Amino acid sequence: MSATLITNWFVSEFGLLLSIHALGIVCFFYILAKRMEPLLRAERDFRFDRPLVRVGRLAKYWFGQWRHPRYKSAGILHIVIFAGFILLAARAFSLLIVGVSPNFVMPVLSGPFYDLLTDYAATVVFLCMVIAASRRIFVKPARYQVPAKYGKGHPVDAVFLLGLIALLMLADSFFAASGTVSNTQKAQALQEVAPYSLPWLIQIFIRSMSPASLALLNATANIVHAITFYFLLCYRPFGIQFHVETSLFSVYFSKLDRESLKPVRWGVAEDHLDEVKSFGVKKFEDFTWKHMLDFYSCADCGRCADNCPSYAAGRPLAPRFLTTKARDYIFQHYPVFGSRKESQPLVGTIYSEDEIWSCTTCGACEEECPLLIEYIDKIVDLRRGLVDDANVPQSLQKPLKALESRGNPYGKLEKKRADWIKAKDFQQSCPVKVLGNGTHAETLYFADSIISYDERMQSIGRASARILQSMGEDFGILGTAEKDSGHEVRRFGEETLFQALREHNTEAIRETGVRRIVTSDPHAFNALKHDYKDIPPVEHISQAIARGVREGKIQLRPLSENGKTFVYHDPCYLGRHNGVYEDPREVLDAIPGLKRVEMERSRDRSFCCGGGGLMLFYEPKEEQRIGVLRVKLAAEAGANTIVTACPFCLVNLEDAIKTAGLEGKMTAIDFTELVDQQIERPGTVQEPEFETAIVGD
Amino acid sequence: MEILVCVRRVPDTSENEIELNAAGNDIERDDLVYSINEPDNYAVEEALQIRDGVGGSVTVVTVGGEDDEEVLRRQLAMGANRAALLSDDAFNGSDGKGIATILKKFVEKEHFDLILTGVQADDGAAQVGGMLAAMLDLPFASLVNSIEPSEGKLKVSREIEGGNREMNGIELPCVLSIQTGINEPRYVGMRGIRQVASVPIPTLTAADLSLDPGTVGKSAAKVVRIDYFTPVQGQGAEILQGSREENAEKVVEMVAARGGLR
Repeated sequence: MSATLITNWFVSEFGLLLSIHALGIVCFFYILAKRMEPLLRAERDFRFDRPLVRVGRLAKYWFGQWRHPRYKSAGILHIVIFAGFILLAARAFSLLIVGVSPNFVMPVLSGPFYDLLTDYAATVVFLCMVIAASRRIFVKPARYQVPAKYGKGHPVDAVFLLGLIALLMLADSFFAASGTVSNTQKAQALQEVAPYSLPWLIQIFIRSMSPASLALLNATANIVHAITFYFLLCYRPFGIQFHVETSLFSVYFSKLDRESLKPVRWGVAEDHLDEVKSFGVKKFEDFTWKHMLDFYSCADCGRCADNCPSYAAGRPLAPRFLTTKARDYIFQHYPVFGSRKESQPLVGTIYSEDEIWSCTTCGACEEECPLLIEYIDKIVDLRRGLVDDANVPQSLQKPLKALESRGNPYGKLEKKRADWIKAKDFQQSCPVKVLGNGTHAETLYFADSIISYDERMQSIGRASARILQSMGEDFGILGTAEKDSGHEVRRFGEETLFQALREHNTEAIRETGVRRIVTSDPHAFNALKHDYKDIPPVEHISQAIARGVREGKIQLRPLSENGKTFVYHDPCYLGRHNGVYEDPREVLDAIPGLKRVEMERSRDRSFCCGGGGLMLFYEPKEEQRIGVLRVKLAAEAGANTIVTACPFCLVNLEDAIKTAGLEGKMTAIDFTELVDQQIERPGTVQEPEFETAIVGD
Repeated sequence: MEILVCVRRVPDTSENEIELNAAGNDIERDDLVYSINEPDNYAVEEALQIRDGVGGSVTVVTVGGEDDEEVLRRQLAMGANRAALLSDDAFNGSDGKGIATILKKFVEKEHFDLILTGVQADDGAAQVGGMLAAMLDLPFASLVNSIEPSEGKLKVSREIEGGNREMNGIELPCVLSIQTGINEPRYVGMRGIRQVASVPIPTLTAADLSLDPGTVGKSAAKVVRIDYFTPVQGQGAEILQGSREENAEKVVEMVAARGGLR
């Protein structure tokens, strides 16, 4: 090939590259603009506060890939790919510019060391693509599967994308290798590619090529690189790979106050809600822009579904498909070519009612998502929409109506709310004050409905009262002035009723003049702590007991009988939603002679018992009970006594023990009941109320 | 189709502990919470669904006092187009026939193609629907658990032995008494009720209905309540007095002892 030919080729290569750049950039921005369209039609969302905190989260969760190692192999693979991408992104940009302006030198990220690094990065990413593609083709991890009812899986799409990235790496390496060999031949400079890297390997094969062939190879690699780069850039917004672009924003704008629920409408004060025409999410455009961004960002890794108790039990819900179905909706209704389609109600088309009501709001999905995608707020918003359209399952209508008229879901008489303190022996040994009408106390024990009315769970109230008494607390209850905290009322989408309950309780609590609140019910705890305003500080009783043990206010007796192996089940609203993992464990470990094991799923990976509050009334479509799965996990851990710290967990676990046929082999007990039995009370005869619960077999 | 649904406010059996008062002439009414009679709620839902299918309007009506307005308001929140309260001191103490007489006068003032009642009130005797139909000389079908509207007539079904259904044709206008389970009534929350808080609910008196007060009320009642009592424990009957768990165990034991469990 003559020099002219090469020059001609160079000119045409130059022209070609320039056109590829121009076309690629125009296409990408056109697609991006189209993808932004639904976000511009979305509901408001306030995500622009606390920039420093947000940047910190970006550093931890995005740049630091904090949650990825929770799944070891896939997580580490992703971290390596991500690191490679970050390194190569700079190089890709410089390469693209070098193509049209050969003298360009990328500031900072350049020089021999950086070249070395990127050679290795390309090699490692290439290998990762091979591994990831083999995982998809040969290993086929269960969590990538898509049951037919949720649509189709995208294995071909995934492998195609991985292939494209591999091609990009190859082109990059060929470009680097041919450039180096060419330069060495011309003896312009002694250049070295990184030893044992992909370019190094390629270099061995092309070392003896003629300068003309090398130039051709170099140019081809450059053009293939540019085409692949832009093809990927424009193709990503059509599938799961879009997270490469959107994840940065999803993480930056992620929810900072995870425990609190999204307001009905951002920017509308609660006392102005009557002016809001429609509540919740009914059509797609009722989602907030951040929630839509989540739909784009989901990489469909399946971790949320893998941890979802509803999905595990065969309920018609998996957080992952909630997202992927919404994304498919966007692709159909906001096509890149053509105009927007008429919006439709979501429930009844892409979502089913059962799907929306199946969620226990346990938060396992949100704990797991590497991109901090939110689910509870979306579920609650969809439920708000259903409630607003009068579309509530029959099984929930009675308890909701009863909550409205009686302040408890059981429809029991208000005047009987404090009857649990009137049990024969209890009243004499541990009189409990009913606050109000001139009776005061330092601490309020907020019982909530289940402990007030459920015969079995009243025992938790009495155990708690005896413990508080032993710790020398000056405490009392609201009695008939208490109504349901409304925790599940709110999470089931009945915002108006929740606000009425909250208003009533807030006033009742403030009237007592107490300085602090203690509760044994994590749901009440979560509601009072995060949903209520202007009330004294709230603690879960396990926190108070742990402090009591630390300060020596209570001593715990050794556990008399043996053969018991205990396991602590983390209630979702104590653990995951409020971070109280260690206090109950610390107290349990302070009981001499107590043998305790951990379940595979514990602490922030705790597996829901089946859900509390109104979920006890809901009749889900499921293959098995969530609680049964949980009890089996306890058995697998080698335990025969499950300790929990939530009345709803206790209901579900005790039920599940029977359903699973483990009666006699397994027992469940509340944390307070166990502590109450083990408290050293000098001069008194120990008579635990629930002897059977602990003696068991 | 112009549809009227006759409803009634009753003590909610799922949220009250019904006990007889000391005098034995009524139930204990302190601490009672009331709601719409359950079958009536299904009747309203059915009316709304028919209206949404074929057009027209739904009116709800009740005979009672000021307190009864709350159930009418609830049904408006559910989606009824209008409501009317039939209230007059002269109506107090009416028996089934008296209530039917009052409703008949209201029906005659207006025009309805279809009149629905609940199959019976929780505190009633399932009389009003049939009597109202007879007084209006309209066809009547009771215990209806499905309705298929067509031109000028309806296909209605009722459950017969063995879970089977019997299908009947009925000409419009007609009166139907609606069985629970015919549909899934929609939810009414506080927000819905608040949204209809300012919708006026007219009160009609005996005079408004051109009704002779002598034909209704206590004086005209031919069925008079004499007494309430708890039946005496008969031979072979046993009342378990323990806790829920104890009772459940005892029942299992008793059934097993008699060969009921294998």
